[in-house]
Amino acid sequence: MIVDAILSPEFLNNTLRATTPILFAALASAIASKSGVVNMALEGIMLFAALFGVIFSAAFQSAWLGLLATMVVGGFIGLFLAFAVLKLKTDEILAAIAINLIANGATILILLFVSGDRGISSSINSLTIPMVSLPVIENIPFIGTVLSNQNILTYISLIMVVVVHIFLYKTPLGLQIRAVGENKDAAESVGISPDRIRYISLILSGVLASMGGFFLSGGYMTRFTTGMSAGRGFIALAASAMGGNTPIGSFLVSLLFGAAQAISNILQLGTLPHELVQMLPYLTTLIGLGIYSYSRMKKRQRLMGR
Amino acid sequence: MNSNTKYNILRTVLSISIALLISFGIIFLTSKEPVKAIVQLLTGPLQSQRRFGNVIEAMIPLIFTGTGVSIMFAANEINLAGEGAFHLGGLVATYFALNTALPAGLSPLATILVAGLFGMIVTAIPAILKIKTESDVLVSSLMMNYLILYFSNYVLSNILRDPKAGAVVSFAVPSVTQFSPIISGTRIHVGLFIAIAVAILGYIFMYKTKIGYELRITGENRDFARYSGINVVKITLISQLLGGFIFGIGGGVELLGMYNRFTWTSLLGYGWDAIIITTLAKKNPIYVPFAAFFLAYLRTGASIMSRSTDVVTEIVIITQGIIILLVVAEQFLSKYRHKLVAKEAKAELMEREGE
Repeated sequence: MIVDAILSPEFLNNTLRATTPILFAALASAIASKSGVVNMALEGIMLFAALFGVIFSAAFQSAWLGLLATMVVGGFIGLFLAFAVLKLKTDEILAAIAINLIANGATILILLFVSGDRGISSSINSLTIPMVSLPVIENIPFIGTVLSNQNILTYISLIMVVVVHIFLYKTPLGLQIRAVGENKDAAESVGISPDRIRYISLILSGVLASMGGFFLSGGYMTRFTTGMSAGRGFIALAASAMGGNTPIGSFLVSLLFGAAQAISNILQLGTLPHELVQMLPYLTTLIGLGIYSYSRMKKRQRLMGR
Repeated sequence: MNSNTKYNILRTVLSISIALLISFGIIFLTSKEPVKAIVQLLTGPLQSQRRFGNVIEAMIPLIFTGTGVSIMFAANEINLAGEGAFHLGGLVATYFALNTALPAGLSPLATILVAGLFGMIVTAIPAILKIKTESDVLVSSLMMNYLILYFSNYVLSNILRDPKAGAVVSFAVPSVTQFSPIISGTRIHVGLFIAIAVAILGYIFMYKTKIGYELRITGENRDFARYSGINVVKITLISQLLGGFIFGIGGGVELLGMYNRFTWTSLLGYGWDAIIITTLAKKNPIYVPFAAFFLAYLRTGASIMSRSTDVVTEIVIITQGIIILLVVAEQFLSKYRHKLVAKEAKAELMEREGE
């Protein structure tokens, strides 16, 4: 019965939905990592974005303007991380941990201040990005059910895979980002400012992660709840690492984690204890990371041996 | 006192002050009674013996986690699975205490040791995974925490749950295993002595033993350590195991001292608290109790403040984040440091010329 459920187009539809926030964050992580900085603050950025998404979409009474404003906030948090790491020379992991901590506290504080609620934003009249059905495609059997009737942000996340790929591999700025990440000194010697490139990368990373955060409270769910990023920022970090920090690779691994999340959502309705099923996305990440790293290590050893 | 120590102390004090000022600013912006809130935050814990007791109670788990993470981070390995190790320590302590019947003195001791062993497994998994596959400890240790959380929730609701209790809580731990209060009017328990002993032992381990020395060398410069003939893989693993062990004991002690039933259904955040403590203590376990006292004081003050005013305790989490940012920012006050070092060098030079 469960096997039937997993092979069904509805399941794949759910997988894409669950993949969306992870995918945005994984792309964010890929850009930062390509420039040579680990952006562990994704978790905090997503949490902030989930809250500000609700606040802004309610304030403007427009989900799209809300998304735009949230992306600006995300960019600023990325800028802040860059400032701490590049200008103040803070350890990038500790700076990110600090941002994540501040996000945990500040989102509760801001939610309380804005709405008087603790824990959930039910009294804020926020809007969500709508779902759309794709004409023509929706009529194709199987594929139609999988692809159609998704949130617009899900489609945007898929488009972003291509956009980020083109950005990183086909534009001068993308080349500079990769050059700085590969060898900072070599890049500097040909006149690229590594700091400037990393500022840009972290700002872009913040913007992308905030789109994933916005989706959490304005698409995937319709409200903000405290701690709703639930480790997705960390999973995304793993996804981009396992995807070799390439957009396509990150996408494929994100899909795997999205599927694990979707399976866990389905199985929770079944007879298996739901707590064990909830372990699935994290276990998949842990095992996947191990296998990926092992194969990479072997490959490196082979190359070195030659 | 050399200029470096002086500089570090000044910087830490200044970071804390700035972070507090920012928090006061936020309180002024959001609260209707800001002055009362700030007074409660700063002096609340001193107003009664019970409240000061709360500070000491809150300090105990922080000493364990601060010491544990100081040892793990000393190897320059960002293993964040301490959170999970602490959580599992509490769970295992409950399970062990409920399923064994040991004599009064032995029971709590055996319980926290078993909790420590399980804590060790939690931090060992990412460490071993790194040794065997070179996978990133940061990500795998974060995944461990979520795995432990849901695993514990499973064990709690399917094995340990007391069906007679209203909420999802375990059966009560037998009273022979619990730590009883040592000062009447407070809940301060024997765990305090264990915690301080752990911090002192941690200091001795890191600064007075050969392995500790090798550990610090490994953390400062891995390649140099390797060329000096130090087995860096072994040293790193030892530090991760020891750190997890201390986290596990911490979880066990916290459960036996402050809870009589296992009630933890979400992560408690001690792993993150440990990071601010180790930052303030500069990875030296001997300073950990002081950093833990500071954080516990702030927490208790915040909780008193939130009960009597409209400001929520979460303000302290923000303060914590700002402190970490400022303390670890190398460039913060770096000009002053430069001046200080230059002044000292000049003075030394003058002295020599005088001779």
